Amino acid sequence: MSLLEIENLSVEIDGTPILKGVDLTIDQGEVMGLVGESGSGKSMTALAVMGLLPFAARAAGRVSFGGIDILAATEDQMCALRGDDIGMVFQEPMTALNPVKTIGEQVAEGIRWHTRATRADAEAHARKILDRVGLPEAKFPLSVYPHQLSGGQRQRVVIAIACALKPKLLIADEPTTALDVVLQKQILELLRDLVDENRMGLLLISHDLAVVTDMSDRITVMRHGEVMEGGETARTLSRQLHPYTRQLAQASMHVPQRKPFASPSWGDRAAGAGGGSDRTQAGRPSATPERGRDADPELVEGKADWGKNQSALLSVENIVRDYPGRRTSLFRKPEPVRAVDGVSFSMQPGQSTALVGRSGCGKSTLARMILALDRPTDGEIRFIGEALTGKDEAALKSARRNMQVVFQDPYGSFDPRHKVERLIAEPLHLMEEKPSAKERRDKVAAALHEVGLSPRDMDKYPHEFSGGQRQRLSIARAIITRPKLVVADEPVSALDVSIRAQILDLFADLNSRLGVAYLFITHDLTVARAITDDVMVMHEGRIVERGPTAEVLDHPQSDAAKALVAAAPDLHRAIARRLQEQG
Amino acid sequence: MSDSADIHGETAASFAAKAFANRSFLAGFIITTLIAVMALVSFLWTPYDVTKLIVADRMQAPSAAHLFGTDHFGRDVLSMIMVGARNSIAVALVAVGIGMGLGVPLGCWAAARGGLADEILMRFNDLVFAFPALLSAIMITAIFGPGAINAIIAIGIFNIPVFARVARAGSLALWPREFILAARAAGKGKALITVEHILPNIANLLLVQGTIQFALGILAEAGLSYVGLGAQPPMPSWGRMLFDAQTRMIVAPYLAIFPGFAIVFTVLGLNLLGDGLSDVLDPKLRRQR
Repeated sequence: MSLLEIENLSVEIDGTPILKGVDLTIDQGEVMGLVGESGSGKSMTALAVMGLLPFAARAAGRVSFGGIDILAATEDQMCALRGDDIGMVFQEPMTALNPVKTIGEQVAEGIRWHTRATRADAEAHARKILDRVGLPEAKFPLSVYPHQLSGGQRQRVVIAIACALKPKLLIADEPTTALDVVLQKQILELLRDLVDENRMGLLLISHDLAVVTDMSDRITVMRHGEVMEGGETARTLSRQLHPYTRQLAQASMHVPQRKPFASPSWGDRAAGAGGGSDRTQAGRPSATPERGRDADPELVEGKADWGKNQSALLSVENIVRDYPGRRTSLFRKPEPVRAVDGVSFSMQPGQSTALVGRSGCGKSTLARMILALDRPTDGEIRFIGEALTGKDEAALKSARRNMQVVFQDPYGSFDPRHKVERLIAEPLHLMEEKPSAKERRDKVAAALHEVGLSPRDMDKYPHEFSGGQRQRLSIARAIITRPKLVVADEPVSALDVSIRAQILDLFADLNSRLGVAYLFITHDLTVARAITDDVMVMHEGRIVERGPTAEVLDHPQSDAAKALVAAAPDLHRAIARRLQEQG
Repeated sequence: MSDSADIHGETAASFAAKAFANRSFLAGFIITTLIAVMALVSFLWTPYDVTKLIVADRMQAPSAAHLFGTDHFGRDVLSMIMVGARNSIAVALVAVGIGMGLGVPLGCWAAARGGLADEILMRFNDLVFAFPALLSAIMITAIFGPGAINAIIAIGIFNIPVFARVARAGSLALWPREFILAARAAGKGKALITVEHILPNIANLLLVQGTIQFALGILAEAGLSYVGLGAQPPMPSWGRMLFDAQTRMIVAPYLAIFPGFAIVFTVLGLNLLGDGLSDVLDPKLRRQR
């Protein structure tokens, strides 16, 4: 008998079916990958197993865990199971821990509750499991609070809580989605080791096919609350018998068609950029030819000619940003924290550059300074030959018109109280002469059309759109003033794979049609590879490597770039490895 | 909603239609209107003259002649409640108005400005908070003389830090949001962003706080009247009626019950109105209810 058996599980909320006849089994020591896009019912399945369905939900079917019928179990029985025999790891390490309790208390809590152990015993046990998940006592005593830990460390604490009592089944719901690729790899390895050690069953939920392929023995593909396909990972993905599985796999590996921007539709294009035909030449940063096999990882320093290019769209010279650090003594000035440390680079018109790096490496701070939303402590930023640093809002108007931004979170980037028309028209505020109501509407309609939405969407509110549509809105807002540079801060990392593919296509399309230059900030190398010409690798506030995208990603030189490339999940590689293993 | 006539979303009429479809807004609107009408009618007509003392009729229980009974001077309680409504509502409304009118801009400014200015302002805020409001109101009215106007000013001043704090906390949570960053990238200044994005998003916080402060305003006015620093006799006010009734609670409970109900109804009405209004203003909730 399997450890977990789900048979014909159906769940509905207020008459809306959420799950339709889901079948799934997990054996002891087996990793089951559950993939699907948002709204496919992955998390709802996990909640049903935990007995944590929302109150309004009605479940039918059979869920049996080690012989216990979970749907019929009382709350008391479930409390005894949860945290003891079934552990759960959540997606968001920032909110999964109680901020006012130490990590020791939080890990020991479950142990004391389930085993009736004394406080001292429970803490000794907590210590052991925290050591196991890679938080050694010397650096991470039990008295540490969650806010003192980084995202990856917090996720380790969450895993420690889930695994403290050696559960028979561990459910991990998107355990690495909020982490960068290097941390993702570490956390996944930790999960795999824990599962192997204790012969746990693992239900790994993810939207990332590559992650699931890498980790799981068997895979279940869900869509709209139904199981589309299930079976051994390697076989399922290499054959791709089901059209939806194929669609998912293709979307995960999607690379948009990119045509070089050739039509000189911009009269005011920077003169030095040259005609469209030599764009590939002009489109490269000036220092590219100098970069060879022997590239110095510290090449940022001493290359003053970077950014001195007159025709450059954007040039950044030696910029530094310090933040006030934590005060250690009342009388001493706190040591500042350097977020960006002497970065210089330049970008040509129409060029698409990726800025990659791990979370906390300073890439978003750099982007904010380029957008003049934050002031550099030192250094200079020039945009179309105009210095941005130290100017007031009125003087920045013309620069702002040519420079817009797309943010990561499609839900947070719109004022929920305004209608689409007003939201998208917001940058029109920058125009020299205020457009009339009619012109404004026409422009918004044109921008909506450009991003593949209907002009009729103008009178809707943002909450009426899906995540992918909102990201389109966000792009429409960014291009309405016809900017020359769009800074995109992780624009697709909150989106499902198929939506992500569409948005990347849109970015590529706009790049070739309008000649917009992109500065793409991302930790996802597939995104960088898909739509950028050049890549800059940032590490601890410095740019440690740069060059043409394919070259840097295929042959990374610096340690930081190597770590990123090695950790990046890759579907091809993962399937190949699986096939080898399973024969 | 597809034609170009609909540029600014909705017309006043369609907005009103939407608002009245909301049950709590409707209920709140009816109650508030009733009380306002009652206060206005009192200018023209009251069942009895509240300035005339008829000691022979004193302390009568509610009857057909005196619906709400009479007080210890023989005045008709219903008439007194009608006249008192003017006073209580005026004091509380204007005091909340002063508090919102000054407190909200200060709070928003502090949040937008940050740094030392914010720090100084908020510490000053704490200072004002540190004084018991009623005590300071007594101080102010003692200096400038008793009377309804001075009571209003005194209560209003102590509403300022309340609203400043609520507005600041609300806007601080909004400033780092991405849609605000996007507005800044669109070149909008802090003042414009505050008006366009911050205020609409903290409006429901302010409305809720406003209804609470309104209720507290009525009580504060009552307290001031009690010590003789509010509205001057013979002008009745709900607060003083309550305090007068206090000593006669056992003999004539109706003397406390009716003014008490008047306050409860007014606050309830305004609460429902504020609640409904914030729902109506929230596009996400508009479809429901």
